[in-house]
Amino acid sequence: MSEIIIEGRCWVLVDKDGFLIEDIDTDQIYHNAYLHLTDRKLMGQYALGNLEGWQDFAQKARPGDIVVAGRNFGAGSSRQQAVDCFLALGIAAIVAPSFGAIYFRNAVNSALPVIRWAQVDEWIRGNNLKSSDRLQLKLATGQGRNVNRNLDFCFTPFSGVQLAIIQAGGLFNYAHQLER
Amino acid sequence: MSLTIIEKIISNHSGQQVKPGEIVWMNLDLVSARDFGGPNVVKHYRREYDDARVFDASRVVFTFDLCVPACTLKYADNQQVCREFARQQGFRVFDVDQGIGSHVMIEQGLAGPGKTVVGTDSHLNILGAVGCFGQGMGDVDITFSFRTGRTWFEVPSTVMVQVKGQPSTLATPKDLTLFLCKSLGTKKVALKAVEFYGEAVRALSLDGRITLCSMVTEMAGIVGFVPELNEAVQAKMMALPCFDLKNWIASDQGAQYEEIIEVDVSGLGPQVAVPYLPHQVRDIEEVQGTKIDTGFIGSCTNGRGEDFRQAAQILKGQKIKEGVTLKCVPATRQVYRQLLEEGILESLINSGAIVSNPGCGGCAEGHVGLTGEGEVQISTGNRNFYGKQGKGKTYLASPAVVAASCLAGEIISPEEI
Repeated sequence: MSEIIIEGRCWVLVDKDGFLIEDIDTDQIYHNAYLHLTDRKLMGQYALGNLEGWQDFAQKARPGDIVVAGRNFGAGSSRQQAVDCFLALGIAAIVAPSFGAIYFRNAVNSALPVIRWAQVDEWIRGNNLKSSDRLQLKLATGQGRNVNRNLDFCFTPFSGVQLAIIQAGGLFNYAHQLER
Repeated sequence: MSLTIIEKIISNHSGQQVKPGEIVWMNLDLVSARDFGGPNVVKHYRREYDDARVFDASRVVFTFDLCVPACTLKYADNQQVCREFARQQGFRVFDVDQGIGSHVMIEQGLAGPGKTVVGTDSHLNILGAVGCFGQGMGDVDITFSFRTGRTWFEVPSTVMVQVKGQPSTLATPKDLTLFLCKSLGTKKVALKAVEFYGEAVRALSLDGRITLCSMVTEMAGIVGFVPELNEAVQAKMMALPCFDLKNWIASDQGAQYEEIIEVDVSGLGPQVAVPYLPHQVRDIEEVQGTKIDTGFIGSCTNGRGEDFRQAAQILKGQKIKEGVTLKCVPATRQVYRQLLEEGILESLINSGAIVSNPGCGGCAEGHVGLTGEGEVQISTGNRNFYGKQGKGKTYLASPAVVAASCLAGEIISPEEI
């Protein structure tokens, strides 16, 4: 299978003391109050709308940007909107040491690459990565690079059905391809 | 090869003997969606599959439990979208009068030992309480499963949690559960299946097992099982429709566990999770005296008959503190009826409590149990994330602690009442 390469400017989700925020749950990503929405286009405006210090994320983010967060990103509810709101903004990938199980598969199914990189926190603390740095991510080999600082790292690559779903552009496209 | 419970269930549903880390296609015994997620499923389904039939109308259901009956026009619309789709497809709807979907599945025998169930409820792993592999999923996954009856799944490894020691007589299943949340945090069993062993969990009733298994989600686990049965729970399970103990799955001798974690619960007393994390748990003495505005008893974690009996035993018809409101939401219609017949609802109402119709309560902001800015709530729910049920602060505790605190107007141990 061919490689997928993503490159974009990153937003590092840190708290007011500069620490990477862990356990960001789906209510902080996309609040309960907007669960009735079914039109993805309307969801972008609420992305991170309940995360202290990041309520204005939707205004700041640009298509192609990458979100970097602490471990257990997307804990909590099964809401697909917590993935769709980032897709609505054109976010290219989310990077974190680990993800909530449901969040991870929701993202894969919608072809939003969720990058499992164990050393994120180390890199932030060591000043090797900060907001506005450009990251390059190769999904099938798990090679990452901070383009601004010429620093390389390795993350958990995608393989098998997960990579196939992302390459197809999501679970539905993948399934339709199998039918053909 | 020796297998753990989750490995056996997935093997039985994928036509191959699976190993942790493998991604397999798993067949599903039941696929569900709720009034949240459901309308998105309908929208995706029509776009992707037009009017093709769902894979098996007898194995697809909608359960409305979130905003019941709809108290916003958006939810009223969404529920009607789901109803019409279900009628057209010929599958069953557990409507706004039935209560929490996962509990209805247990009561109606739709979920049973060894089965696989998915739905748009992140606490669907609660079905581990009856030996069933339940899993919450998003609307894309569920749409695909409506059509195909299967899903891709990465086989999780299994962690064995050995619960040692005897809790104090004041500890309820929720106290045990909160203490396990504290001990396991969100790292130790993250993305793993959990098997709980030890006398303190073996002794749990079915309702107590539901409480424990529901909060495996808050421990970031995939699913939790309590493999060892006691006589009472066995009898209770046998009375469930379609429940066949022959299908009960135990792990094999020599099954591979990624880790064995021991948790000592000797002498455990009442526990309270403080805002804003479910695993930020304290002994009650540390938060005793915190003033409260409201109490909430219900949710998929503590909405069972035993939970309300526990509360009623503390209240004994005494009036709750002036200025405090206590909101009670039984999990299902069956629980509601049972409590009505036992006189428990009357007793709660005599104490000044509000008793609402069955449903999820305020967890997803659809029903009873929301907080305003500055409001302090003590709740039997499972999540107290910032802003989840409003801008107030939510403490999580057992029904006994919630009832006692509502009498006192502040967080207090039931033994002080």
